[in-house]
Amino acid sequence: MSYQIPKFRHPDLPVNELGYTKADYEGAISTLCAGCGHDSISGAIVKACHELSLEPHKIAKLSGIGCSSKSPAYFLRNSHGFNSVHGRMPSVVTGAAMANRDLLYLGISGDGDTASIGMGQFAHVVRRALNMVYIVMNNGCYGLTKGQDSATSDRGSASKKGDPNLFNSIDLCSMALQLGATFVARSFSGDKEQLVPLIKAAMTHRGFALIDVVSPCVTFNNNPGSTKSYKYVREHAEASGTIDFVPIMQEITTSYHAGTTQEVTMHDGSVIHLHKVSESPDPFDRRSAMVALEDHRADGSILTGLIYMDKNSRDLHDMLETSQRPLNELEEVDLCPGNRMLENINASLR
Amino acid sequence: MKPTDINDPEYFHKVVDCQYACPAHTPVPEYIRLIAAERYSDAYMLNWQSNLFPGILGRTCDRPCEPACRRVRVEEEPVAICRLKRVAADNKGDITDRLPVIPKKKNGKRIALIGAGPASLTVARGLAPLGYTLDIYDNQFAGGGMMRSQIPSFRLPIGVLDEEVNYILDMGMTTTFNIEIDSLKEILNKGYDAVFVGTGAPRGKGLNLPGLEDAMANVYLGIDWLASVAFEHTESIGRRVLVLGGGNTAMDCCRTSRRMGGEDVRVVVRSPFADMKASPWEKEDAMHEGIPFYNNHVPKEFVVEDGKLQGMTFEKVEAEYDENGKRSLVPTGEDLVFMAADDVLMAIGQENSFPWIERDLGIEFDKWDMPVLDEVTFQSTNEKVFFGGDAAFGPENIITAVAHGHQAAISIDLFCRGEAVTNRLSPEIRQGSQKMGMHEWSYDNAVETDQRYIVPLAPLDKTLKDRKLEVELGFDQSTGYKEAERCLNCDVQTVFDDVRCIECDACVDICPTDCISFIANGKEDELRTRLVAPANNLAQDLYVSEVLPTVRVMVKDEDVCLHCGLCAERCPTAAWDMQKFLYNVSKAGQAV
Repeated sequence: MSYQIPKFRHPDLPVNELGYTKADYEGAISTLCAGCGHDSISGAIVKACHELSLEPHKIAKLSGIGCSSKSPAYFLRNSHGFNSVHGRMPSVVTGAAMANRDLLYLGISGDGDTASIGMGQFAHVVRRALNMVYIVMNNGCYGLTKGQDSATSDRGSASKKGDPNLFNSIDLCSMALQLGATFVARSFSGDKEQLVPLIKAAMTHRGFALIDVVSPCVTFNNNPGSTKSYKYVREHAEASGTIDFVPIMQEITTSYHAGTTQEVTMHDGSVIHLHKVSESPDPFDRRSAMVALEDHRADGSILTGLIYMDKNSRDLHDMLETSQRPLNELEEVDLCPGNRMLENINASLR
Repeated sequence: MKPTDINDPEYFHKVVDCQYACPAHTPVPEYIRLIAAERYSDAYMLNWQSNLFPGILGRTCDRPCEPACRRVRVEEEPVAICRLKRVAADNKGDITDRLPVIPKKKNGKRIALIGAGPASLTVARGLAPLGYTLDIYDNQFAGGGMMRSQIPSFRLPIGVLDEEVNYILDMGMTTTFNIEIDSLKEILNKGYDAVFVGTGAPRGKGLNLPGLEDAMANVYLGIDWLASVAFEHTESIGRRVLVLGGGNTAMDCCRTSRRMGGEDVRVVVRSPFADMKASPWEKEDAMHEGIPFYNNHVPKEFVVEDGKLQGMTFEKVEAEYDENGKRSLVPTGEDLVFMAADDVLMAIGQENSFPWIERDLGIEFDKWDMPVLDEVTFQSTNEKVFFGGDAAFGPENIITAVAHGHQAAISIDLFCRGEAVTNRLSPEIRQGSQKMGMHEWSYDNAVETDQRYIVPLAPLDKTLKDRKLEVELGFDQSTGYKEAERCLNCDVQTVFDDVRCIECDACVDICPTDCISFIANGKEDELRTRLVAPANNLAQDLYVSEVLPTVRVMVKDEDVCLHCGLCAERCPTAAWDMQKFLYNVSKAGQAV
């Protein structure tokens, strides 16, 4: 088995604004099963970060436990990383994000890590509107412990060795909407054309951004009868529309038909173009998004694409009115301004 | 694009760049693997089947394989294929018992081979094991042709030459040396069933410049002079030597001059340095021996005083290229340059010459006075007479002569058996999976990043004193192993099965050189722009699959594939497999 990726790369790899090629955003060789959807998501993250010209040292990737949570080792080798306790990634991100608001926080989790053991943490990190991208690599089973049904496994779906699941599944997108997430999307590991622009948009969104990515487990949950197999998802996915991401300062060269396309300016000035398919829900209306999710669930299809985005989102730092300078950069003189300042404050409270 | 037909052996053959570029299509990666496994005799014999002279070619080959090496496209320097061939030859054991068995009972057919150079020897090697009675004629005292007369011993020791030439001559044939054949008619009248002409391109070109007549005593044709050194008729040269010409013969002339008493030896060339015809490594070797090159100097006149050569004058020029890249040498208008010389060697090219072939034998000659031949069968318009080597289509190199010899042997065999000479076998193909386990391959799929190893040389002060001392020492076994590990195993093919593919993208994600794309089909030139990484090398094919369930196709750009096998390792359904593809050009007698 190969334990190293050869060092040679394609000589004509495109270079981004920082002079980096895609290879500069890669990680170690994956030890996940061959064909794992998670590897494709890693590939999509590499592509998105490269195309956004992000500086790798300005990114922190954090995860919990599980196959999904191993995967940060397989991308962004030059970024900060923290492999935390099972289901507790949101707490660690919260601490890190409070201390240093200048990093881009990329949380990687799975359906077990988020919807089972980490459910409580997930609910509260959404509610608190932490400025982060939360990617769930959702395969509907506990792959690391031999494929038992997880909390996102659909009722009636059967894994390779299992009986049809008896219980209702948790829909993380519906939950996130319910809890006030300001960016909610769903995608499929086998569709990078959709996934990469979604990751880019989520990375430029301020506030909590969830991308629930259906990511087939080739070993335990890619069989007929599973609703999270490559084949099933391809046959049942319905995109809410396609999106293009236009980075800040870049000229828009493609022309779009008026009426079918909406242009949205993100917080950093970059723009996304949403091409709606007919009858698709309005991604800027939370109630319409919730209805759309429910409608698709009822007719057995999987709604993918950008499901909801709040154009006027605020994040935790905005709400708490914390200092613009990251807390970890504040020195003693900033934090202990002295007796006179204290007297002024006391005086103002008298 | 249409799906690629991988059952056409030429498709995967082309992927093995080195083998494809080799005129004799030697299975290079296969023998390099054998060298890495220290199976030197096996590596030698695999070579021998294709190119007959691994020890000779491992020192002297023009190496068309090396510029073609994939390594040039992913890093910079090719695998030292040629010198690895020498490692096999240097380290092999006794291989005589592996040579073909020559039947005692002959088949009754008699063949004459004119010339005992690489082409004729290859024909002999093809026909002797089939029971043919062979008569070889050559004007030198031993076999080998230009390998003996024109390649200096410091590049090719006599012992190596004799060994490999004798493997052939010992197959039981009648050799007649020191004979100048001056009539093909006489040969044909001896009742041969077929005649092979492998007489090379024996005539050196000269420059008829003013003063030549008076200077004649000190002006030599390069190849004739090299031969007379090799045959020990010449033992010295003047202190100041001018070598005219920029090809490999010029390099051999100047380096030999340095060993024969020449102290101020200069190579004077009309063209710029980069345009010189000599192989880059031969230029390096000459420069290493302190020989200066004077480029952009066009010879004008031999300067003779008191009946003795004093030197030559040259006109300085500049190369100018028009929009089609056609070069013209334009005089700079500077004064003529005078260079003093005691002797001048002219190495400006060589040509064919067939004064001994009567023109009423039914052999048609073209306007360049070259025989009209079938390019595949090497048969002339006289069905009994075949040509090969430099005698066929003009000066080339040893490996090309060997390739010709193999084909001519097939033709002669078919002809003598009364079959159509066009009735040729397709190449022998062996293809099989290298999979040994879940993620295990029976070839070494790790890609080494080592840079090309340099062949050590004997010290200059010794080599310049002894014309017969070999300059290159060759790789030792451990360096040979490391160099062999640089090979990318291009013959282990990536084979795609569209029926098994579930389009999970695992291969796309893992491929270190971004060769694989799953995209909508299109016309080739447009498709090339849409791949994961641009496919700008038009000389390399795109491997296109049948249409997949998502109405896309798999497109693999063969250009910089490392053959690392990661696509197949990461494939959950074994839609990718690594299959070793061995391509052997058919040889004479295989149909029997």
